[in-house]
Amino acid sequence: MIRVNGELLEWTEGMTVQDMLNKKGYDFALIIVTINDRLIPDDEYEETQIPDQADVKALHIHHGG
Amino acid sequence: MSANVDIFERNVPDQTNALREATVGIAGCGGLGSNIAVSLVRAGIGRLILVDFDRVEPSNLNRQHFYLSDIGQLKVEALSRHLTAINPDVRIHSHPERLDAERTPIVFREADLLIEAFDRAESKKWLIEAWCAAYPDRPIICGNGLSGAGDTESLRVLKMGNITMCGDGRTDMAIGLSAPRVAIVAAMQANEAVAYFLKCHAACRAASEREREGR
Repeated sequence: MIRVNGELLEWTEGMTVQDMLNKKGYDFALIIVTINDRLIPDDEYEETQIPDQADVKALHIHHGG
Repeated sequence: MSANVDIFERNVPDQTNALREATVGIAGCGGLGSNIAVSLVRAGIGRLILVDFDRVEPSNLNRQHFYLSDIGQLKVEALSRHLTAINPDVRIHSHPERLDAERTPIVFREADLLIEAFDRAESKKWLIEAWCAAYPDRPIICGNGLSGAGDTESLRVLKMGNITMCGDGRTDMAIGLSAPRVAIVAAMQANEAVAYFLKCHAACRAASEREREGR
């Protein structure tokens, strides 16, 4: 199991950031992803694997400042 | 005049000392950035690095810390003036330029902490990535979701290691921007910055005390 934004998600061997985004249905154009508090750059979503028990955050970024 | 007045008399204990030596970078001097800068100078931050390429427009005045007489001026210049009118001792480095990922680590090299105060989501994203890649041990405090009015209870602070996000994480500026809600998120970001320096200061003091005791 991993946690994504606090919610439990079943973990599978070799699961990448992109797999997690697909499973959660997160298709936001602009998103910030961290695994155990470490930022994963956009171009590494396909290759970065999420370890079991990881605490993942995936946040949609909004215009406005 | 500055030598004869103490504007920080009512600060919380240790705040003045902890903030005087601190340098904060602010990327964007609009609704978030201008209000954050004012808050930080009042709190006692010693040095600010301000970056914004834009000039003050009439539509900025519904939420940004500018006046009618500032219209047409560079935001970093008008803001610097307002900040030194509060505290003449604050050191300000103004950069009237359009920032990009490559320039970020150079312009903010001396910043202990970075405040993300851009309006476009794309810019927020590359700024966070550029900062974390260059300075993974230094915090970045971002605004995310501050549009509309009311709904105060949905504004919150989320922490992911050195990345802090303030806002509702939901609203987009297409629905309009209202002074109080923008100012609340700006104050949340400034408050998180102050808390960080107080925590560092306390940790440094504890370390030097341990050192003295060990001697």
